[in-house]
Amino acid sequence: MPANEATAPVSSGAPAPATGAAPTPAIEATGLTKSHGTQHVLKGVDLTVPDGSVFALLGPNGAGKTTAVRVLATLTAPDAGTARVAGHDLRTARSEVRAAISLTGQFAALDERQTGAENLRMMARLGGLRRPAARRRADGLLDQFGLSDAANRLVATYSGGMRRRLDLAAGLVGSPSLLFLDEPTTGLDPRSRRTLWDAVRALSATGTTILLTTQYLEEADQLADRIAVLDSGRVIAEGTPAALKSRVADHRLDLTLATPAAYAALAPRAVHHSPETLTLGLPTDGTAPHIRALLDTLDPTRTTVTSFTVHTATLDDVFLALTSASPVPEPTHVP
Amino acid sequence: MSPDTTLTLTARSIRLSRRNGEALLTALILPVLLMLLFVHFFGGAINTGTDYVTYVTPGVLVLCAGFGAASTATTVSEDMKSGLIDRFRSLDIGPTPILTGHVAASVLRNTLSTALVLTLAVAIGFRPSPTPLGVLAATALLLAYLLALSWLSAAVGLLTRTPEAAGGYAFFISFLPYPSSAFVPTRTMPSWLHPFADHQPVTPLIESLRALLLGQDAGTAPWVALAWCAGILAVAAGAAGALFRWRTG
Repeated sequence: MPANEATAPVSSGAPAPATGAAPTPAIEATGLTKSHGTQHVLKGVDLTVPDGSVFALLGPNGAGKTTAVRVLATLTAPDAGTARVAGHDLRTARSEVRAAISLTGQFAALDERQTGAENLRMMARLGGLRRPAARRRADGLLDQFGLSDAANRLVATYSGGMRRRLDLAAGLVGSPSLLFLDEPTTGLDPRSRRTLWDAVRALSATGTTILLTTQYLEEADQLADRIAVLDSGRVIAEGTPAALKSRVADHRLDLTLATPAAYAALAPRAVHHSPETLTLGLPTDGTAPHIRALLDTLDPTRTTVTSFTVHTATLDDVFLALTSASPVPEPTHVP
Repeated sequence: MSPDTTLTLTARSIRLSRRNGEALLTALILPVLLMLLFVHFFGGAINTGTDYVTYVTPGVLVLCAGFGAASTATTVSEDMKSGLIDRFRSLDIGPTPILTGHVAASVLRNTLSTALVLTLAVAIGFRPSPTPLGVLAATALLLAYLLALSWLSAAVGLLTRTPEAAGGYAFFISFLPYPSSAFVPTRTMPSWLHPFADHQPVTPLIESLRALLLGQDAGTAPWVALAWCAGILAVAAGAAGALFRWRTG
């Protein structure tokens, strides 16, 4: 920890009011660290996940998302830091935490050589239900996730989307109040992804708190009430999707310029530079008036811009905006 | 841990073995082939003073039990690679019921294949004449051996990172019957091998089975065999629990 050089009191507002009717957060983590050997995966993660919310942990591969989830789900012990999960201390009340949570990991935790119904009945039995109750619970979940027709087929014959849904259902057998979803839609086709999103929304509507990890801004945007951006083991930004996106702009307008001279002239205004293709990216809200106005301002003579495309902001854009303290260096060449 | 959990996980392992067609086929065909191989191909050239089928049947029983139990290493290793173990752990289920499920399924699987080997042996000329107590004692010894070896294989499955490697290491375990009195009397082996061949765990087991199945006096061999099994079981089960915690820590 660096010494606190500036001793001025933190002036970020009045001291927090005494905890009145505010409900306990589902997750309250402070300073979580975790290393695998010399690799520091988590470097002091603070998280507060409000009860009943959908919270997205957004970050690229290797940011520490899975490790953060495994730590919070009691599967990996943190090296340092404290956390209360579902109202219980992560270290001292592991069993109580486990009773309240469920984790659906990146890789389907299912038996290929059992049917969908057998997998769910098994999880229900392991969760402590007696045989008839387990059967009812499994049937109910199969129905809820649109898998009744496939109930008696081996999971080996399921499509990727069906597996994810069954996996999610298996995580819900014990009616957890807090659900961890680690990259729930990675590798799914767009339609299966939408189906899974619907399932997550339906769950959230019943009051279940959901912490999900994703590498897609769009997914976090679609599902989450709050987003924390994780990069190299640290939370580098946290807020509502709208607040985060306002820091990076929704969309990007990519212009291909006619000449290197035109490129050089406009480069200072761009957030994205690709000198090889004479392409520049500029932030925009994506509306027609704004794009039209931008084009008119940048190219009043209508000669320097040869073509343009509009993208929704990608995770890359968010990261660039959030991680690059200094602006992107200007291209210096241009003959 | 509730007995329900262990039962549920045992039922799971049995169901999975039943549906693993290839493994099941190997588990049933291999013993049959080994039996025919030893009796009909090697048997003619080996002089043990009795009908070779009579001499070798206990050995093939033990060899097949070893092969079968070794497959536990692969099933455990496969399980550790899947996300299922994490889900079980998040249900607060520890290593004991998970591994017990695998071992119980292994013991059941191999009891069946052992019965098959015995039936085949009788069909090709093995004539056991045990006392009723001898049948019980032989069955108990075989079960103890299966149990000990299945736990040992489970530990091997936890130690290795891939199912393929697990199968490879476990194969060595099933090799133990060769340098024993299973297929040829130890006195025909090179003298430097005698100390090992005479005192390794499989020899007293085979001598016991031979004597018990043929209605002869087994002496202290059954107790020595049982002590070996108990020892292996204790060490393997302890190691498996520790390895599980190490793998998932």
